[in-house]
Amino acid sequence: MTSETPTFTPTPALGAAAVATTPHRSSAARKVRSRVTSVVSQILLSLVALLFLVPIIWMLLSALKPSAEVFTVPPKLFGSEVKFSNFVEAWNYLPFGRFIVNTLFVAGIGTFITLIASAMSGYAFARLNFKFQGGLFVLYLSTLIVPQEVIVIPMFLVMQRLGWVNSYQALILPWAFTAFGTFLLRQFFLTIPRELEEAAKIDGCGHIRILRSVIIPIAAPALAVLAVFTFLSYWNSFLWPLIIINDTDKMTVPLGLELFLGQQGQRWELLMAAATISMVPTVILVLALQKYLVRGIALSGLGGR
Amino acid sequence: MTVLPADVTAAAATATQARRGRRGDGKAATGFMAPSMLGLLAFTAFPIVASLIIGFYNWPVIGSHTFIGLKNYENLLTSKEFHTAILNTFVFVLLYVPLNIVISLGLAVWIGSKGIRLRGLYRTIFFIPAVTPVVANAAIFSLILSPNGLIDSLMQTWFGVQAPNFLGSKTWAMPAVVMLSIWQGFGYNMLVFSAALDAVPTSLTEAAAIDGAGTVARFFRIVLPLITPSIFFAVVLTLISSFQVFTQAYVLTGGGPGNATTTMVVYLYEQGFQFYKMGLASAVAWVLFIIILVITVFQFIGQKRWVHYDQ
Repeated sequence: MTSETPTFTPTPALGAAAVATTPHRSSAARKVRSRVTSVVSQILLSLVALLFLVPIIWMLLSALKPSAEVFTVPPKLFGSEVKFSNFVEAWNYLPFGRFIVNTLFVAGIGTFITLIASAMSGYAFARLNFKFQGGLFVLYLSTLIVPQEVIVIPMFLVMQRLGWVNSYQALILPWAFTAFGTFLLRQFFLTIPRELEEAAKIDGCGHIRILRSVIIPIAAPALAVLAVFTFLSYWNSFLWPLIIINDTDKMTVPLGLELFLGQQGQRWELLMAAATISMVPTVILVLALQKYLVRGIALSGLGGR
Repeated sequence: MTVLPADVTAAAATATQARRGRRGDGKAATGFMAPSMLGLLAFTAFPIVASLIIGFYNWPVIGSHTFIGLKNYENLLTSKEFHTAILNTFVFVLLYVPLNIVISLGLAVWIGSKGIRLRGLYRTIFFIPAVTPVVANAAIFSLILSPNGLIDSLMQTWFGVQAPNFLGSKTWAMPAVVMLSIWQGFGYNMLVFSAALDAVPTSLTEAAAIDGAGTVARFFRIVLPLITPSIFFAVVLTLISSFQVFTQAYVLTGGGPGNATTTMVVYLYEQGFQFYKMGLASAVAWVLFIIILVITVFQFIGQKRWVHYDQ
């Protein structure tokens, strides 16, 4: 990008010799210039980051304003009073607190099931030998290219037959068995050296013990990445809950926000407080996982999801 | 997706191992595979087949369904609204995907460039809207873009003119949806590119520098070719997901004004769950699937021209 000036002038390719014969003074000058460039670059990048955060900052500021002062010309950072009570009111308005509890429950159970099912099938693909293993694995992978939209219509009809419309199990089960989780964990399990399990095998441990006491502890980072992204996708899911839930008691956070947004005479400050609350768990998870983010994404290829 | 070729060979290797070794762990494997396989059968494989079949029926939610062959697909081909939905989707994809790739790659390079400190912090900041609920993100944009909202208010204060009513204007609604999608969407790709850039061996760029290559030349001649597998991977996945755009358009503009932001999935939702035409909606889903499939296949064919896998 624009951030770096060339630290090496185009001298003939004499390598170290050329560098060594460069007068000391100009090398120091170049160092200063390069330092200045990186400071400028850092400041510009910070400004871009700040600009990028404006919507989030504006959400927080608006969440603290009195109702009548959300829209003002010129815009003001703070209203005539700072109303933290908006958060309490948002929590109780529509039962937004209830939506949070619902979503925590659905995402928690869903993530748990996903982890168990994926760890088991991932282990089978990585460590066991069975018939049609290769073909089955390719079949698993091929389900990944089918868009969710193809699935939701028959799924809705099935849920209707089962009487599961407006139920937690309808929110949880359809998305708990993904080929993606299996694939991710299989990839990671394959990188674990087999020698580690040999001792356990000699001690007469079965596959369940090996998976539980040898593989899973080592694969904790991969499991954490899978857990976080599964949780987030449950937490943020919108199309399926919109289809399957219309009872306020069973609504998830995104549906609640949409309900808020669609109401006549919107209370924008409450909506922004609710939006803030809805972001808290997701931001906490990302901060907790910060160390693994780049590696986890490279490992799993979650990009574009 | 770039992992696929390596993966298939790995799967093949496991298969040969199975043939070579003892008969296998059939019993244990059945137990370990059961939950995931039953789940996938019930909630993925069965619905895929069912959806294909439903697409050939007139299938209301209540009442009897009748086989009508390709009539749903014929209706779609002649429906003006569906044409608009396809057109809107392509406009979205053509605006969103290039912007997403350029911005995410640009920022990944910038953050990774020499002399920048606190890289993790910047990466986290740009990644945050990628994980916060799309509906919450859309609610914020809805507040900012509405009349007397932040942008309008700033324009009145600074320039004395009113901003267009972004969400109520046929011209501005789609750009607003794209803007929201970019803001929240490029974080994943930025991290993918960051990982790829971290993996470029510094010995290569240093050697080029000693040979007199400037920063720009080093980027385009060495770094960029080395990360083409990641770019390919990001483009494929971003294209797939952008054809499925729904929440941003549905929440921000409700597909409107008129049908200015009615994308294919918004259309599918309306037909399926507002008019309860399940057969027609299934047909929409399959048209979408086929478009995605064809474009993805073409990308895999075309990749040989620009993606460098040799290290």
